[in-house]
Amino acid sequence: MNEQLMMKGTEAMGEAAIRAGCRLYFGYPITPQSELTEYMSRRLPEVEGTFLQAESEVAAVNMVYGAACTGTRVFTSTSSPGFSLMQEGVSYIAGARLPSVFINVVRGGPGLGDIQPAQSDYFQGTKGGGHGDYHLIVLAPSTLQEAVDHVSLAFDLADTYRVPALIMADGLLGQMMEPVCLPEMKPRHDHERHMHWAMRGSEGRESYKITSFDIDPVKLEEMNIGYQKTYREVEKNETRFESYQMEDAQVAFVAYGTMARIIKTVVQMARAEGLRVGLIRPITLWPFPYAAIRQAAEKLQMVMTVEMSAGQMLEDVRLAVEGRVPTPFYGRMGGVVPTPTEVLQALKREWEVE
Amino acid sequence: MQTKVHMKRPKSLHEKEFTYCPGCLHGVAHRLISEVLDELELRGKTLMTAPVGCSVFAYEFFDVDGTVAAHGRATAVATGMKRARPDLTVFTYQGDGDLAAIGTAETIHTANRGEKITTIFINNAIYGMTGGQMAPTTLEGMKTTTSPYGRDVNDVGYPIHVCEMLQGLKGVAFLQRVSLLSPRDILQAKKAIKKAFIAQQKGLGYSLVEVVSTCPTNWGLSPVESVEWAKKNMLEEFPLGVFVDKVGDAK
Repeated sequence: MNEQLMMKGTEAMGEAAIRAGCRLYFGYPITPQSELTEYMSRRLPEVEGTFLQAESEVAAVNMVYGAACTGTRVFTSTSSPGFSLMQEGVSYIAGARLPSVFINVVRGGPGLGDIQPAQSDYFQGTKGGGHGDYHLIVLAPSTLQEAVDHVSLAFDLADTYRVPALIMADGLLGQMMEPVCLPEMKPRHDHERHMHWAMRGSEGRESYKITSFDIDPVKLEEMNIGYQKTYREVEKNETRFESYQMEDAQVAFVAYGTMARIIKTVVQMARAEGLRVGLIRPITLWPFPYAAIRQAAEKLQMVMTVEMSAGQMLEDVRLAVEGRVPTPFYGRMGGVVPTPTEVLQALKREWEVE
Repeated sequence: MQTKVHMKRPKSLHEKEFTYCPGCLHGVAHRLISEVLDELELRGKTLMTAPVGCSVFAYEFFDVDGTVAAHGRATAVATGMKRARPDLTVFTYQGDGDLAAIGTAETIHTANRGEKITTIFINNAIYGMTGGQMAPTTLEGMKTTTSPYGRDVNDVGYPIHVCEMLQGLKGVAFLQRVSLLSPRDILQAKKAIKKAFIAQQKGLGYSLVEVVSTCPTNWGLSPVESVEWAKKNMLEEFPLGVFVDKVGDAK
């Protein structure tokens, strides 16, 4: 175990990326994650890496595309409006099956919104975001340590499946400081396993072509069938969630990220009052833990979703529960973070305890 | 009887049949680039980025590692490649809509950074792939499917002069406007393309060659007529010449 360091969320994630063997970063400043961009500009030259401040998020995501074409670990970070700008490029990256990592430090929206923590980009992150039938692998850390661990995991998953990975953090995770253990430093990672497709010059072999494109609909359908086949594999192998105090629970909360962390306090408060409440925390937002929630719902009286949004993950929770039990929702929007007390009150309103 | 080979397909050009219309000059430009890559022995060390537009298939026509960027983003993609693999040669092939309309920001900033890549920019004053719409370089009064009464400069502005616009950026190492409108022009174009790649090899900065070309199909002219029309109209608006040359005398 490495020593514990007190680090800010954005910087901890940046350092974790470097330690995961990533030496390339392209980004554009946007609050509340500019410290990550700044950190990379300071740190990458120290490890013979490359930092480039792009002229826009549109350019940044396409620089990621270009670097990923060469089979080299690369990532970018942004916040909600910036991630919206990147969606075209993300769609191309997903279509071209380029391993790459995105961090979206989500802030209040829509539009310019504000710079406070929010979870209102769930649809964008998990349902595609850009055009076409594609998914990203979406990880939702709820502590800084988990965020650090997710950075390595995101790179590994992106490499394994050739599906881009997204870490959905929020302004709270990005801005707070917490003790973290960083992984061992890895050298620049050029995933040699991808030598059969990565563009590195065609000396001594046929030239490689990377696209998200085929003018022939039958061939494009074949490509799409390939994506879907991979997505089914990812669903089978990589669905992650945490069950918290669920053994004897009569009601389950479903929450992720910062909200899940707050819900753990709510669960403790409720249990102190004798209410048998637990939490199911999706760690991967895509693939979503439908089966786990469905199975749990069999034995529950209610599944209550809490988000810092108008209720986006709620739709997936309802797909999982399939009407077995009531599925109420509590959420705050616009960057307002719910307090444990108000969530507990909401629980009591929804759950008429005999 | 002995046969002697005077000319053959450059190694950097793929055997694949072009998808271009009869009389289109993309094929000539492709061949010139391929000859230069062969002569500089760069074929196996080159990555290329095709645009969106008629030359969207260009990544298949060059026998080098290739990809196709989102519309307008070719130089950003190429930047990512070059930053990841500075040892390789990277070039983009872009049309006027791609480079000077939707991709203007990327064009200017790539040039300004002095990104060590090469761009071959085909200017034929029209959108070919989508069927002849107005381009940023469409001439004043020129009729297209989205300027059916002729380009009204009071309404939609003037043709953009890419070389003149980029000329003042210090990151640019080589910048020349050439044409493919006569055998002599074609030879001149090849020399310019070669210099552009040499600028990259020498690490001098960004290099771009603007190639004044034609579009017989969407101009509604025969190939021969379109060349004559271009000589008469395009060259007046887009005069040929060297705008930046930090390479100097190259072999």
